[in-house]
Amino acid sequence: MVLNDIEKLLEKYDLGETTLREEQALRAYFSENEVPEYLKSYRLMFQYFEQTKQEYTAKEVPLKPKKSNVYKWISIAAAAVLMFGLYISKPEPVKTDLSQLSQDEKELYYKTIEALDLVSTQLNKGKQQIGILDAMASSYNEGVEKASLLGEFSNTTNKIFNTETN
Amino acid sequence: MTQLEFTSLVMPFKDKVYRLAKRLLVSTEEAEDATQEILMRLWNNKAKISSYNNVEAFAMTMTKNFCLDRLKSKQAQNLKIVHSNYQDHSVSLQKQLEANDSVNWVSKIIETLPEQQKLILQLRDIEEYDFDEIAEIVEMNPTAIRVALSRARKTIREQLINTHSYGVK
Repeated sequence: MVLNDIEKLLEKYDLGETTLREEQALRAYFSENEVPEYLKSYRLMFQYFEQTKQEYTAKEVPLKPKKSNVYKWISIAAAAVLMFGLYISKPEPVKTDLSQLSQDEKELYYKTIEALDLVSTQLNKGKQQIGILDAMASSYNEGVEKASLLGEFSNTTNKIFNTETN
Repeated sequence: MTQLEFTSLVMPFKDKVYRLAKRLLVSTEEAEDATQEILMRLWNNKAKISSYNNVEAFAMTMTKNFCLDRLKSKQAQNLKIVHSNYQDHSVSLQKQLEANDSVNWVSKIIETLPEQQKLILQLRDIEEYDFDEIAEIVEMNPTAIRVALSRARKTIREQLINTHSYGVK
């Protein structure tokens, strides 16, 4: 290619109007030929482009979903389950009247009352037995009081004894 | 879609995604993370992939949006200031030695361009997409794309000539 043509192409190139093929021709020309000093800035550009084109990344890309991603989803799922659990375990409104209970529930209610009754009568029997222990404790206390009388008695004897020796 | 099918589908443009991400995010690490993220998202949507007629353009659009979002987020703002490319897989050592140091000026100049111009310049002059594809990726009409491209190219050259007094003799 003649230098004249090159100059025309460069003009088009500056305006962004060259085709890919024309640009390739320019690059080829600049890499193969010595160019006049005033065109050296173009040569520098084309050299740089050629050089950069060969850059590559050596880093391998692991094609598996990232672990952190999995953990993220697991934690989101756990939070969702927890919230759902809280939602469904919300206490039901308390029934305050017997008439609100269903047949089954009533049956259960009466059975429970019966069982509690039984427990309470047994408890009362036990309490009567304990009453005997109570009586025992009071007579024991009486005994202790009487014993303290003995203490008093010895005090007085000591006093009498003391006055006699003086 | 099996992993093998997916890989063969994605392989041809994986590096284009990376280069676009690097163009916008500058840092190599950020660009690699972005690439990984984009491919992961494609993989997770692999059921839908077959319904796109142009997976590559779709992936590039995703990359563009992802990177622009990253730039907007505060996190990226910090990274932008202190990006440090410890490793550079870019070009082989020999090529790098051959390459004139001044070639890197071009890179620095492109960094100063507005995002949209960077994007379009990258897609056209480095990845060599035609204007219809670029229109699809950047969601702009071809006229606006040509204008932005022209501005970008002219700015780079002006900067090379003025700041670095390159090519004026």
